[in-house]
Amino acid sequence: MSDLDTEPPTHNPGASEPTASLLEVRGVTLQYKTPEALVTAVYRVDFDIVRSDRYVLLGPSGCGKSTLLKAVGGYIRPIEGRITLNGREITRPGPDRVMVFQEFDQLLPWKTVKQNVVFALRAGARLGAKEANEKALHCIDKVGLAGFADVYPHMLSGGMKARVAIARGMAMEPDILLMDEPFAALDALTRRNMQDDLLALWDDTRFTVLFVTHSIAEAVTIGSRILLLSAHPGQVKAELGCSGRDEIHPLTGAKLSDSIHRLLFEDIREEREEAGNELA
Amino acid sequence: MSSPSRGPQPGRNAGQDGRADFRKDFIRDLVDAAGAPVVVMPLPAWERLYNSATARKIFIIVVLALGWEAYARWLDNPLLFPTLGATLAALRDGMIGGELPARISVSIGVLLVGYGAGVVLAFAFAVVAITSRLGTDVLETLTAMFNPLPAIALLPLALLWFGLGNASIVFVLIHSVLWAVALNAHAGFRAVSEITRMVGRNYGLAGIALVWQILLPAAFPSILAGLKIGWAFAWRTLIAAELVFGATSGSGGLGWYIYENKNQIEIPNVFAGLLTVILIGLAVENLIFGTVERRTVRRWGMQSYG
Repeated sequence: MSDLDTEPPTHNPGASEPTASLLEVRGVTLQYKTPEALVTAVYRVDFDIVRSDRYVLLGPSGCGKSTLLKAVGGYIRPIEGRITLNGREITRPGPDRVMVFQEFDQLLPWKTVKQNVVFALRAGARLGAKEANEKALHCIDKVGLAGFADVYPHMLSGGMKARVAIARGMAMEPDILLMDEPFAALDALTRRNMQDDLLALWDDTRFTVLFVTHSIAEAVTIGSRILLLSAHPGQVKAELGCSGRDEIHPLTGAKLSDSIHRLLFEDIREEREEAGNELA
Repeated sequence: MSSPSRGPQPGRNAGQDGRADFRKDFIRDLVDAAGAPVVVMPLPAWERLYNSATARKIFIIVVLALGWEAYARWLDNPLLFPTLGATLAALRDGMIGGELPARISVSIGVLLVGYGAGVVLAFAFAVVAITSRLGTDVLETLTAMFNPLPAIALLPLALLWFGLGNASIVFVLIHSVLWAVALNAHAGFRAVSEITRMVGRNYGLAGIALVWQILLPAAFPSILAGLKIGWAFAWRTLIAAELVFGATSGSGGLGWYIYENKNQIEIPNVFAGLLTVILIGLAVENLIFGTVERRTVRRWGMQSYG
């Protein structure tokens, strides 16, 4: 399907069945309504995610990457095309695709850190009380918050809240973790830390993650594959493999971050020229 | 990675006139700060007392009580304005004699029935309103129509429909509670952030489970405010209704107690009845609602006011 199968050899060391897609997105068009207009956010997008991918959706604001993530989450139905997870079409939100948001109110304020994770496990993953309790404590410990299990979210810093959200997401053991710019609201130092920690957690359990960001540096750090989207409406511009380091990419012959920068920038330059031509 | 200090050669970061910077680069080991001196000076006693809201409120009440006593003594007209001492004596006699407790229990009994029914109905309305746009319109229209209507104004009608009895009082109580509580609950539901809803749906919650487990606690600050307003409305409507036709089934409530004693010119008893209404209001506000507030919204860091 993808015509960019010239990926560097170091990718996806954990993928045992390299051909089977976990998530398939085929010709998906997404629209949403504002009170005044019908907006096409994403136009005929295709991509494949295999198990243990760290798949990044990268693009300028307005490229519909968050809308696309919400569609995978089941909150928005595509106008055309289909999204399947394990071969089953996605029709509504469910605990097999856990979302991690950037907003701090993703934690339920009336529950402690532990209760937040336990509630997710009991309501979503339908675990028994004892099992949920043990698993929650284990995952909270993994993100380094063991000492804060009985604290309410409003007493935590932004970075700690993001950690709890990740712990909750991992505890539920979804088929895919959907992260919507999870570190965008954090300060730069905390963000660096969180990126490293996320990769360390991934080394541990090799979960599959679909990660939305507008930061090239974050995409290059986090991603094993990067899908570039252009704006208004979002269309696939390129898909690039990533080794976790900013190396020369064989397809473009430039450093990965420079290649991405050029691919995204090219678009904007063209748009400006078009706008200029229209004016002339 | 990023370039370290460029040293003394002239460049973008060189000192003025190309001279070397007199500050030397260094990296330092931190000292153990555990032994750092801590200085704490306790505030003076009166300032600590002043910082306590309870102490301040008790002070206000004492001032009011002294003002009452002083004014009543100066006026020296027990028919118009009995002293605090006489009122407290009447209150004590009423409590010991068993009449006041009986009146209180009648009032509270009716109140709880009306308040409970009003709150349950309010939630039914709010839940219907949050699930559909039409439901929202229904609630908004009904609230706009009935909320400004004083409950007492419905009393004649209630008498006609339900007769002289507790049913009529319960009817006007429901009316006084319903709209305020429904409006607050609905406003609370609407203010629940999209993210919180999405989190709930992510767990597979939908319909009434979503309302019960996500919307209700998330909207709780607003709901609690509505319950408090509803309680005050109900209490004041009840006393007014009892004043008008309290002695329905032979044993009236507090409102009737006030009315009866006025007719018998037992003014200290009238004041004792009023004082009882005030004391019950204070107790419910501070003991019940205050405790709920401390254990929920304040503990959760969700309280947006005072």
